[in-house]
Amino acid sequence: MVIQGGPVIFNTLHLPEPWKLSTYESAGGYAALKKILADKTPAEDVINELKTSALRGRGGAGFPTGLKWSFMPRNYEGDKYLVCNSDEGEPGTFKDRDILRYNPHALIEGMIIGGYTLGAKAGYNYIHGEIWAEYERFEQALEEARAANLLGKNILGSGWDFDIHAHHGYGAYVCGEETALLESIEGKKGQPRFKPPFPASFGLYGKPTTINNTETLASIPWIVRHGGQKFLELGKPNNGGTKIFSVSGHVEKPGNYEISLGTPFSELLEMAGGVKGGRRLKAVIPGGSSVPVLPGEVMMDLTMDYDSIAKAGSYLGAGSVIVMDDTVCMVRALERLSYFYFEESCGQCTPCREGAGWLYRVVHRIEHGQGRPEDLDLLDSVAGNIMGRTICALGDAAAMPVQGMLKHYRREFEHHIEHKKCLA
Amino acid sequence: MLSAESLAQIDKEIAKYPVEQRQSAVMSALRIAQVEKGWLSNEVMDFVAHYLGMQPVAVYEVATFYNMYNMKPLGRHKLCVCTNLPCKLMGADRIADKLKQELGIEFGETTEDKEFTLVEGECMGACGDAPLLLVNNHRMESFLDEGKVDALLDELKGK
Repeated sequence: MVIQGGPVIFNTLHLPEPWKLSTYESAGGYAALKKILADKTPAEDVINELKTSALRGRGGAGFPTGLKWSFMPRNYEGDKYLVCNSDEGEPGTFKDRDILRYNPHALIEGMIIGGYTLGAKAGYNYIHGEIWAEYERFEQALEEARAANLLGKNILGSGWDFDIHAHHGYGAYVCGEETALLESIEGKKGQPRFKPPFPASFGLYGKPTTINNTETLASIPWIVRHGGQKFLELGKPNNGGTKIFSVSGHVEKPGNYEISLGTPFSELLEMAGGVKGGRRLKAVIPGGSSVPVLPGEVMMDLTMDYDSIAKAGSYLGAGSVIVMDDTVCMVRALERLSYFYFEESCGQCTPCREGAGWLYRVVHRIEHGQGRPEDLDLLDSVAGNIMGRTICALGDAAAMPVQGMLKHYRREFEHHIEHKKCLA
Repeated sequence: MLSAESLAQIDKEIAKYPVEQRQSAVMSALRIAQVEKGWLSNEVMDFVAHYLGMQPVAVYEVATFYNMYNMKPLGRHKLCVCTNLPCKLMGADRIADKLKQELGIEFGETTEDKEFTLVEGECMGACGDAPLLLVNNHRMESFLDEGKVDALLDELKGK
């Protein structure tokens, strides 16, 4: 797998043992934290820099980070928490794993700055169950930071205490949803909470909590060091900074590429070596399996940023780009994705629990030559009845791939139903 | 019920959370117990419940919700193959077929000699390494091809 470095997060890759504290510090790491602590920078100033930077949540929703941080109650008397979401398990998504592997200290520094700004007592990083080696590496990085008094009591003589702990998941996609994740840290089934109240008022253990994605937090030290304006200029208006794009599927060089938001998709595809075997690009899922698929020719005209992809009818999501060549049967592709949502639905909301099963069973029968002429309308109806009717976004995530496939590849589904076989 | 070493590991997990939140360590405690015992019997889960001051049913709920816990005895080596879309595009079905053929079992089954259990997995968040599998939850084998599968099975059989 290829990892292409960039200025903000993968900035130690060219050095030996890029994950070490000493390596991170040699590349300017922890300078931002030291400056904040020495200057006693007001929290408001940090939040304003984040607002200027136009940093948007890298976990999928793209919510402005500075605005999210401003929701935390300032004068709350009691414990507050910062939680990092490294529960990366959406098909196509694998960037946070490489941050934990290759630059865990960027995340740790980002979390400490977050703890300082938000007035948090402690931070937790929830790590996806299937990446054990990365969990262990993150634990080692925390030990290094504690030994250097970057964590713990009286950090660097500032009189301020803060610690970070890693929480290891054990196989539940839904825990990537932030309130399911909180339930999971509390030692319960990972079932999302009804909102409001939002985590900023009732979060971990019922205390005010801010939850950010790994890549979001790992971007913060750079912003503090260089200023929000510089970060904004790395990207484009309303889409500040670089972003890590995880490219998987039919490309010559799958991997993670840290590039400026607003880079044309065609350039990203070229970096990834182009379509495997020189075949024709058929379709791209631009932001992880939950977002609607887009035809290859549409993608070739788009730039990789939140606004451009949204205008084309899909989402940038977590920047998880699944590339499919002209050999792929879209019915079969959708069948596998629909099975995933059926399997991973937590079962709490009826439209998702039952609807995801309906979607899977209907796509399954179409794929297996037992489709009925009315099935496409049925899929439309079931997907439409899930959308917006569940506590969390997993319901929408099950419905959107179906809607995207039917919008762009309806003919393939009709062909399957009519001829009991594949068009691809 | 659990070794002193396992208990020390569990205590380390408990220390990560506020004193009154021992339950937060339940996922780790179950993982540690499973590494020692191979699977989570009711006796093991009851012990964990007692150790953390939880109702047994609250522990059962957690154990059955997260799919990396083994709720019955499995083979010595659990092989969990991701077959989700990005892995499928890179040949995961071929890898799964190869494993089924070599081991003579289907997904969800255990070999007669109790050496291997084969499981179909969901996304492991490592799609750039596809196709891939996990050995006993904690060891990832990436960029699989038929030769690597042969080598892996030989290595595990010898262990």
